[in-house]
Amino acid sequence: MSSRELPDAVETVIVGAGVVGNSLAYHLADQGREEILLIDKGPLPDPGGSTGHASNFLMPVEHSKEMTHLTRRSIEQYDEMDTFTESGGIEVARTEERMEELKRRVQSAKAWGEKGRLLETEEVMELVPYLNEELIVGGFYSEGAGTCDPLRAGEIMRERGKELTGGGLVVSPNTEVLDVHVENGAVSAVETDRGTVAADEVVIAAGLWSPKIAEMAGVEIPLTPAVHQMISVGPISFFEDYEGEISFPVVRDMDTQMYERQHGNDLEVGSYQHRPILWDVEDVPSIDEAPLSPTQPPLTEDAFEQSMADALEMVPDLLDDPSAGVRHEIDGLLSQTPDGAPLLGPLQDVEGLWSAAAVWIKEAPAIGEALAQWMTRGWSDIDLHGSDVNRFYEYGNSEAFVKNRADEGFRKIYGIVHPAEQWQTSRPMRTSPFYNRQQELDARFFEAAGWERPQWFNSNEDLVRKYNDELAGLLRGNEWDSRWWSPTILGEHLHMRDHVAMVGDMGFGKFDLVGSDVVEFMEKMAVGRADVDVGKTVYTPILAENGGFVSDLTFARLGPEHYRVITGGAVAGSDRAWFKDHIGDADVTLIDKSESLCTLGVWGPDARNVVDSVTEEDMSHEAFPPYTAQEITVGEVDAWAMRLSYVGELGWEIYAPAAKGQRLWDVIAEAGEEYDIRPVGMGVYGTTGRLEKGYRLYGHELELEYDPSEAGLTFHGVKDADFIGKEAYAEAIDTEDAATLCTLSVDDHTSSAGERRFMLGNEPILDSDGEVIVDDHGRESYVTSAGTGPSVGKHLLMAYLPPEHAEEGNGLQVEYMGDRYPVTVEVVGSRPLFDPENERIRS
Amino acid sequence: MLTIVEQEQGEPHETSLETLTLARELADAPLEVVVFGDEGAGVADTLGAYGVGTVHHVVGDGFDTYAPEARAESVVELIEELDPEAVLAPGTDRGHETLAHVGADLDLPVAANCIAVEPGEVYELSRHRWGGSLTEHARLDAETKLLTAAEHEFPIEEATEPTEPAVVEFEPAVDDERFRVKVERFEESDLEGVPLGEARVVVGGGRGVGGPDGYDQLEELADALGGTVGASRAAINEGWRPHDDQIGLTGAEISADIYIACGISGAVQHMVGTKGADAILAINTDPEAAIIQKAEYAVIGDLHEVVPALNEAIEAES
Amino acid sequence: MNVLACIKRVPETGSKIVLTEDNQRIDAGNLGFTMSPHEECAIEEAVGLVEDHGGSSTVLTLGPEEATEQLRTGLAMGIDEGVLLETDGSEWSPRETASAIADAVDGEGFDLLIFGNESSDMANYQVGVRVARTLDRPCVAGVKSLEIDGDRATAKREVPGGEEVYELDLPAVITVKEGINEPRYASMRAKMQARRQEVETVEPERAGGAGSFEKIELEAPEEDDSVAEILGEGPEAADAVVEMLREDVEVL
Repeated sequence: MSSRELPDAVETVIVGAGVVGNSLAYHLADQGREEILLIDKGPLPDPGGSTGHASNFLMPVEHSKEMTHLTRRSIEQYDEMDTFTESGGIEVARTEERMEELKRRVQSAKAWGEKGRLLETEEVMELVPYLNEELIVGGFYSEGAGTCDPLRAGEIMRERGKELTGGGLVVSPNTEVLDVHVENGAVSAVETDRGTVAADEVVIAAGLWSPKIAEMAGVEIPLTPAVHQMISVGPISFFEDYEGEISFPVVRDMDTQMYERQHGNDLEVGSYQHRPILWDVEDVPSIDEAPLSPTQPPLTEDAFEQSMADALEMVPDLLDDPSAGVRHEIDGLLSQTPDGAPLLGPLQDVEGLWSAAAVWIKEAPAIGEALAQWMTRGWSDIDLHGSDVNRFYEYGNSEAFVKNRADEGFRKIYGIVHPAEQWQTSRPMRTSPFYNRQQELDARFFEAAGWERPQWFNSNEDLVRKYNDELAGLLRGNEWDSRWWSPTILGEHLHMRDHVAMVGDMGFGKFDLVGSDVVEFMEKMAVGRADVDVGKTVYTPILAENGGFVSDLTFARLGPEHYRVITGGAVAGSDRAWFKDHIGDADVTLIDKSESLCTLGVWGPDARNVVDSVTEEDMSHEAFPPYTAQEITVGEVDAWAMRLSYVGELGWEIYAPAAKGQRLWDVIAEAGEEYDIRPVGMGVYGTTGRLEKGYRLYGHELELEYDPSEAGLTFHGVKDADFIGKEAYAEAIDTEDAATLCTLSVDDHTSSAGERRFMLGNEPILDSDGEVIVDDHGRESYVTSAGTGPSVGKHLLMAYLPPEHAEEGNGLQVEYMGDRYPVTVEVVGSRPLFDPENERIRS
Repeated sequence: MLTIVEQEQGEPHETSLETLTLARELADAPLEVVVFGDEGAGVADTLGAYGVGTVHHVVGDGFDTYAPEARAESVVELIEELDPEAVLAPGTDRGHETLAHVGADLDLPVAANCIAVEPGEVYELSRHRWGGSLTEHARLDAETKLLTAAEHEFPIEEATEPTEPAVVEFEPAVDDERFRVKVERFEESDLEGVPLGEARVVVGGGRGVGGPDGYDQLEELADALGGTVGASRAAINEGWRPHDDQIGLTGAEISADIYIACGISGAVQHMVGTKGADAILAINTDPEAAIIQKAEYAVIGDLHEVVPALNEAIEAES
Repeated sequence: MNVLACIKRVPETGSKIVLTEDNQRIDAGNLGFTMSPHEECAIEEAVGLVEDHGGSSTVLTLGPEEATEQLRTGLAMGIDEGVLLETDGSEWSPRETASAIADAVDGEGFDLLIFGNESSDMANYQVGVRVARTLDRPCVAGVKSLEIDGDRATAKREVPGGEEVYELDLPAVITVKEGINEPRYASMRAKMQARRQEVETVEPERAGGAGSFEKIELEAPEEDDSVAEILGEGPEAADAVVEMLREDVEVL
């Protein structure tokens, strides 16, 4: 098809020249990559993927900080390339329930530093006069929203990439990838119909075809093509007086899950309300076979019927314009992932293979930039952990799972989704050996990385009555605040503090690392010293070179050349990738024990009495000191235990082979009977217990954008050995923190409506004047975690505060659902609010 | 084998000569043909080279003008007289129409747009479907086989042994009623102010035009060719042209003989509106642009240089 | 006046057509169906005539139950009634189709029957003419302009350099070509209403005649991979372009 020859070898091959592939090519060039090949099976500028049929509007405000910041950064890039039109955007509410949700939008806008405010019906009509006023209760106005031209932006980015590399960026459209060659576990070349190109790195940016490319390398990318129906109506006489693409804000009719936006003299009407229509990628036609483009099959009319009725109701004047008709109607295919977020990062089973899939127009330029940073320097300015492709590692890549979750997730796209809302499909998937016993106890299961984990046990309801006095003032009357929550969690918490509780399985990632270089390797990975005595456990930050958090985890030294790493279930895949990625040529082997070992925590003042009564070993304080690990035998079960606690109590995490897990549970439960041992859920483990103790959680308090000094996790000091992020870490300790992680408590829960409200997290922190607090690095202060501390009798919030506000006793405000609540800074830094000297753990 | 030959002032049309190539594949020369029109007999001068032995010249009032039913009726009468194995017509508007009438008169099937035919008791043939995107292999079995030859599928070839065609006048007994539909008159095309969808020549400008002023050269080109100017969505979005000028999914669909695409990349949105164009000439700086893949003709270069040169060349031509 | 537009459901195809394994039909897969472009113009013409002259319009197709979808497209564009001559979806010959349509419309009082010049899938160029002859009505094929004055129709057909003009007495039959008009886009409301409108269904009789035309199989010819003919680079290409415009496209 072309006379141009492909290069024999390049540093990086990018497969897919949609908007994200173009962005990545440019930003890689900008970051110093010199030889890049960007290929696509289709022609340019529109190779036929989703980039070519998107409605091209960007609404920056989302409840996810990551997505909001990516969209903002993308708008900046589109704007800089003169391919952005700031039209503004309005989410309209037809119901009071939606108005509440829009208040939460304002809250998220403030928390993430984006413009956004509520509109009265009249204000909506002034901005968008063609809506049906009678339907509108109000709106959320995102002034910074607008539309872009991703095809043009792609052209510009390709040109810039070519210039930056002096021609080192080669763009080859009409080039089909036939195979991805892998040698010794690393990518070696891409075979195309124009020849084979050797490469150190291959990035899959092939949109809904990404799983097919991944399969060529023997790995999986979990996404499915899904239909988003879109229809374009015109020519509309009303728009004749307005030149150019768009003169009115984009409208999202949230309650019908639709949008209406001007495009020239057309009105584009898109819908996410129709039934989910998922495609098999094999059925997607080739460019030649497709009447329009591969990703624009004809509209499934019956699925769109209600959408038409709703649009006609909302925009009657324009859509009933006698001159206007439906000029374009498609089932637009886009990439739907199991949780709706993109799939980015290294595919850990093949070195040098990266995913840049399931990226929307609105975040693509920023994702290209962030991914280029990640590839070239190991970390990105905007933390992408919520989009890490490895979050589905080993559990979420099957076709059945992807289809189930995509189907379920499609319905949530414009939905009112509670932050704790649970998925319903493909469950249960990963069950611990305790699962049957927990079901017998009427556990309410939440899921994390496929693991079924009890959030609380309905069998513990009696504890709410028992602790009636202590819980007064902490019970949630509002339906939203108490959705996916139970006061039983608080009862379980207090019981644990008074007696003893068993917790498990937490779904931890468990990796054994062995080999002659393992000590050196662990030193490199961890802030904490790794060369400790055998039997020691170390809780440590894991940093990127910038000193930001990649993870926090605990490792134990099991032998001279043997460590065990324990990390949170939800991040196990990403952490595994991070560790594997850094092994390189070292003699270190990673053995994944996440599914072969189960974990049972036993904590509380009576924990020793319970455990000691059934172990062969001496479990005394002297024989089994805190922060150590030993092999023990519990009843009939050979196990391994660490003495530590994430809930601030005396006790152990006991690890046993999964096959013996139920026996372990029964032995402990039986031994605990005389102490009224109770199984308690992750509600205690993950929220109430840890917040009272000021323990940080990765993904909430800890992320790339904050360093250990700001997070109050510098207790390791700076060790002699080199480790990733050491320089930045040392500098962070020496520099005054721009913000410090604090624990706050809510002084008054009373809303303007007289109801007691409880924050759930991600709310903006305001100063006494009502202004959002922003630190010197431009980071807004927001609630990183929220939860009730029953033992301290307060609702607790964590937030990073700049020095002028980070003073114990200082009064501030939190905005929640449109109201402001007074809060007080209880602790600056990591000192626990409960049992500050950690006497319980050490008892 | 009887072939319907279309002619003008005694000169057979090229498509009719193509059809004669097919006729010779099916039957030995000398061939028999039928012509209409006062000057029809003139074809005898030419057709000898193509192996025609007899020219049946249909005469009588009204046959100088094209009247499909009357022509079909005459052919039917000729069939009755000559009992040919097959009647062939060129795959033109008139050929298709006439043979459809013949088929209706005789209640026989018609195989339209044949590209290959195997002679025999039953014809095994191949024909165009989907405008030539598909070939249908089929069997045609009828007392008189009616076929049209797809245009430009058969070469124009002279017979190995030329003949001296005899002209036989044939005066059919066609009822006046059969002349109820005929060409009443001819009108020259009026190309002024033709809407985009109907223009024979469309000159389209995309982002490559660079601004509203850049369209002046395109207007000049369109005027010279009796055409109309259109634009891509990108240009419309920039506000360079009014919305009505948009070609593509949400704009006009053109049906021009040629579409001259200037500085247009060839996005799907746009190309859908150009599917009805018989040919596309792309003027673009990028030889890998999608438009080049879809065009019949291309000039690689900057439209700001190519279009003025083209305008000059056209002016020099006229 | 009462006008009938006859249409056909055909697969929506791209530039490359894929066949089913037995080579008997097009593998429409998930691509969907549409009607032939000429027939969209037939519908537009019918709707426009009734708008201008009053009366009523009907859209008719012969095909499987699914062809109701194409009838609804016609209804959404402004046609008043829909009629489905329901078949099992197999290919009917032009004679069979014409006979069934003639049966269905005979005596229904249509002043004008409008067909597409030829269907995109079978391209036999016959159905309109055969219906006209069965009903003994005047007929012009390939019409690109139509005017009605009382009970007389003026139809024009494009030929090199201009148009031939025909005149017909109504009732008549015409087959139209793309370009006769610009088919309107159905409004959203009309599309919605069309989805709810009842369509009359008739079971047609399948009647052939003497002789036979029998499909053996379809074949997709080798793809034409040729890219554009490059006429030159830069302004020097102007002469080659002029030659092409004069010789190949004949617009000069």
